[in-house]
Amino acid sequence: MLSQLQTMWTILKHTFTKAETVQYPEEQPYLAPRYRGRIVLTRDPDGEERCVACNLCAAVCPVDCIALQKDTREDGSWYPEFFRINFSRCIMCGMCEEACPTYAIQLTPDFEMCEYDRQSMVYEKEHLLINGVGKYPGYNFYRVSGLKTAYKDKGEAKNEARPIDVRSLLP
Amino acid sequence: MPTIYVDGQQLSVKEGENILEACLNAGIDLPYFCWHPAMGSIGSCRQCAVVQYQNEEDTNGRIVMGCMTPVTEGARFSLSADKGTEFREAVIESLMLNHPHDCPVCAEGGECHLQDMTVMVGHRDRRYKGLKNTYRNQYLGPLISHEMNRCITCYRCERYYSDYAGGTDLSAQASHDHVYFGRHEAGVLESEFSGNLVEVCPTGVFTDKPLLKHYSRKWDLQSAPSICTGCAVGCNIAPGERYGKLKRVHNRFNHEVNGYFLCDRGRFGSGYVNSPLRLDYAGLRKLDGSFQAIHQQAAVDTAAEWIKGKKVAAIGSPRASLEANYLLREWVGKENFAAGFSDREGQVVHQIAAILKTTNALCPSIKQMEAADAILILGEDVTHTAPRVALGLRQAVRNKAHQLAEQAGLPKWQDAAVRNLAQDQRSPMIIVSPLDTRLDDIASELVSLGADDIALFGSAVAQAIAGQPSDNSMANRVAELLKEAERPLIVSGSSLLNNAVVESAAAIASALKDSDRQAMLSYCVPEANSLGVALLTEESESIAGLIARASEIDVLVILENDLQRRISPSQIDQLRSAGAKLIGLDVLENELLSICDLVLPAASYAEAEGTLVSSEGRAQRYYPVFTPAAERMPSWKWLLDLPTACGHSEISKLTHFDQIVEACAASCELFRPLTKVAPDQGFRSHGLKIARKTHRYSGRTAINANLSVHEPQQPIDHESPLTFSMEGINRDQPASLTPFYWSPGWNSNQSLQKFQAEVDGPLRGGSAGQRLLEPQTETFKSTASTTNHFKMQPSQWQLVPIYRVHGSEELSAVTEEISELAGEAFIALGAVVAEKLGVGEGDGVIVSHFGDDQSLEVKILTRVAKNCIGYSAGYAQTLDFRVGSFATLAKDPQWQRRTPQLIATDGGNKRPPNDWQESLHV
Repeated sequence: MLSQLQTMWTILKHTFTKAETVQYPEEQPYLAPRYRGRIVLTRDPDGEERCVACNLCAAVCPVDCIALQKDTREDGSWYPEFFRINFSRCIMCGMCEEACPTYAIQLTPDFEMCEYDRQSMVYEKEHLLINGVGKYPGYNFYRVSGLKTAYKDKGEAKNEARPIDVRSLLP
Repeated sequence: MPTIYVDGQQLSVKEGENILEACLNAGIDLPYFCWHPAMGSIGSCRQCAVVQYQNEEDTNGRIVMGCMTPVTEGARFSLSADKGTEFREAVIESLMLNHPHDCPVCAEGGECHLQDMTVMVGHRDRRYKGLKNTYRNQYLGPLISHEMNRCITCYRCERYYSDYAGGTDLSAQASHDHVYFGRHEAGVLESEFSGNLVEVCPTGVFTDKPLLKHYSRKWDLQSAPSICTGCAVGCNIAPGERYGKLKRVHNRFNHEVNGYFLCDRGRFGSGYVNSPLRLDYAGLRKLDGSFQAIHQQAAVDTAAEWIKGKKVAAIGSPRASLEANYLLREWVGKENFAAGFSDREGQVVHQIAAILKTTNALCPSIKQMEAADAILILGEDVTHTAPRVALGLRQAVRNKAHQLAEQAGLPKWQDAAVRNLAQDQRSPMIIVSPLDTRLDDIASELVSLGADDIALFGSAVAQAIAGQPSDNSMANRVAELLKEAERPLIVSGSSLLNNAVVESAAAIASALKDSDRQAMLSYCVPEANSLGVALLTEESESIAGLIARASEIDVLVILENDLQRRISPSQIDQLRSAGAKLIGLDVLENELLSICDLVLPAASYAEAEGTLVSSEGRAQRYYPVFTPAAERMPSWKWLLDLPTACGHSEISKLTHFDQIVEACAASCELFRPLTKVAPDQGFRSHGLKIARKTHRYSGRTAINANLSVHEPQQPIDHESPLTFSMEGINRDQPASLTPFYWSPGWNSNQSLQKFQAEVDGPLRGGSAGQRLLEPQTETFKSTASTTNHFKMQPSQWQLVPIYRVHGSEELSAVTEEISELAGEAFIALGAVVAEKLGVGEGDGVIVSHFGDDQSLEVKILTRVAKNCIGYSAGYAQTLDFRVGSFATLAKDPQWQRRTPQLIATDGGNKRPPNDWQESLHV
């Protein structure tokens, strides 16, 4: 009896609270930057594609909706020849973003991606790649990795000594 | 069997093994780097440290290296003691100090032993804040990529390359924390087995360069158990596919055959599967000579229309499966079926088959060859005709060292100590050949003789063994050496196309067998299924015989056989003008197909199932790694559809691959074991088919989404117990069905030990394949009398074929990297001849042979028999050269020397053009 009264009281109280519902789409709700919506591929601060096609996002994806193929640039650095996300399968779990060692793949607060044709939910690299660093400014994977690239010789990465002269016997 | 205690657990272990092996055998994970089951221990990485206690009371213990500590009765160890775990973690931490932040862009990532071991010991956080050592990389050729920064100095590469494979151009350089593994200068690695560095290196220093171009991770590859078609040795391989392209070939362990290693042709020679020269659709030749693409069914109907009621003959193929050859022969009848060998090759291979069927000597597996204590090689450069056998022979000569070690009480796995003890002492290996061979460096005796003289020499050895020494003192000495041995091995083969040589080898083996030695007799034969086809056909019509009566034939079916490589251009013209309709069935486009009236696209070995019989007489099954693209079909399917459409009563009863295997097995006594080669289609492991995809296969809902978002069903495999999906348990199945190696916590190929019954032992599912040939009773007596002594003109030279790992084999030569290594055709001369002609290495000579003049580059040989010159065998330019025939030579005055390939050296500050061209210099 007491519990029923309590329930009724609670409901009555809610009649006077402010409604959470907003008049979407005229009124847009606030979505935090870390909201998990449409996936983008970002660029590093030097303007190059961040994705190195390591395949970790694809491996971790629980619905297996990411497929990509690695290719190599002239200077030996890796990049994706194609990068495909089947958004009709994607569950926006964000595990790809967590797995990404280069901050390339990021989820954005955009969720308005409805299509009349399911085929249009398949995004290729040109649809995913943005001209910016996204949530993580400043990070450039190739500045940290030991791999030589066009703009960084061996020994010029972060925390690297100059290449060893193997012909030297000096300590 | 000693009993040891590991963390209180009582283990019964094998006498003479070490703690690391004992732990791995017991299923206990103990991390290691430098130890390798095939190469033993040197204790350099310090990773397998365990705590050993003196007795039950000892609680302190001391740290010992697992791989260097032999098991002793009652010994007590601990893996979990803090002292040991801390030590192992510290070792990994120090190994990781200089390791670059490369995993995402490293081809080893996901199958990296270093990753696995780091996770295993629990090292997680990087404490070192100092600068990391860096190194310049070297260009090591088109097959191997070099990234020295990742090195953890375990010395495995150098030990494999120099000590195991006999290479001389890769070594450990510099000192202290500057140690560098590379060549003295950038350049192509010389060893024919360099590709194994990819699997031997526990991290990503040496990686597969062709794979890197279009890289996919191990977990993304669809793999199937397969057999290498590069030569007749029959190494077991695990090719991996993604996006419809064959990405790479990895070793698939077979204790009896290839063990842990492959040759470079086997590992890198499969690029032709992705070649633009592949046929996609059936083609019908129009009157103007061009081809019109037609559908499978239309092609079958057209062929049936031509064939019904007409006389049909066929040419088989020593590189096609046993099943395809069998169906073709059943269809056209024995009398209208040519086995597909060239005439002389057919004689030799058929003779080899006949000898192996009846001889009292053992036709050994590579494992058995490795146990040989004296080796005689007659007329064969084994490294180039049966590469993996040559690697086995390199191990066999170390039996002397193992003997000495046993006398000294040293276990075999004490690698450095055993090598130190033996120094240069090796078991005897005698090489009798016309030209120098790649095994000369480990031979105890080298004899340079022409083909006919080799046969005579062989007969003299056989007679000397039987107790009738001749006046040839060398032959007598060789006979003595072989008689001193317990397990002598005679290796010969078909490369000289000389029946007398083959016979004399059999005679020696028989003579040894008769003097109560465990004699072994091994022949190198040319192609993947040469021996199988020879056993299938016994005596068959020759190609020349078929062509001679081509006018009586209405339709000629040619199975996977580029006849240009077997018959002369005039015979091809004869075939063309005879008026028979030609139906060509092949994998790659070639000149022969352009004269065919109907061309059918065959699936490559990676897209089809079939059985191959290796030179050991081992029948082994390969399975499709992926489904054939476009309208390609396995040859056996074409050869099922064609006779069925023509109304063949027997063949039209067959529908499945297993039925063909059964029919083939029933066709002769020798082939009975074919049904036991691998389980049939109905086999299930844990109630499921075996999965070709890994459990971590990614992108399934996106791979084809660009074509259609409505995901199609996976292709269904009706022919084998494997499935094109991830559903299945890769465990406990027979060895012939293991598509890849993976075990929890062991992502690299080191997970193989989880599939082995014991360390370095056979797989838990047995060794794949069925031996068809076991020793019989017949003793061979050599009938060698040198029948064909040509009258040699003073300025004539006898042509001896030089086979090359890269370039001599038909299909692999199409692969980009292999053709780069193969280079141009050449003629090889002894120094004396070269001097006489006034030419040196790189100059040109005109070779006149049956009225044809060819200008070829000169290579200089170190060892050459009288009157012999070598030529590059299997190269397009020298296809018409006939083994053993004579040629005249003249200097080519117009020859332009090819500029030697420049290997980039950046000489200081200048940047090399790209990463692979970096030099050693700073």
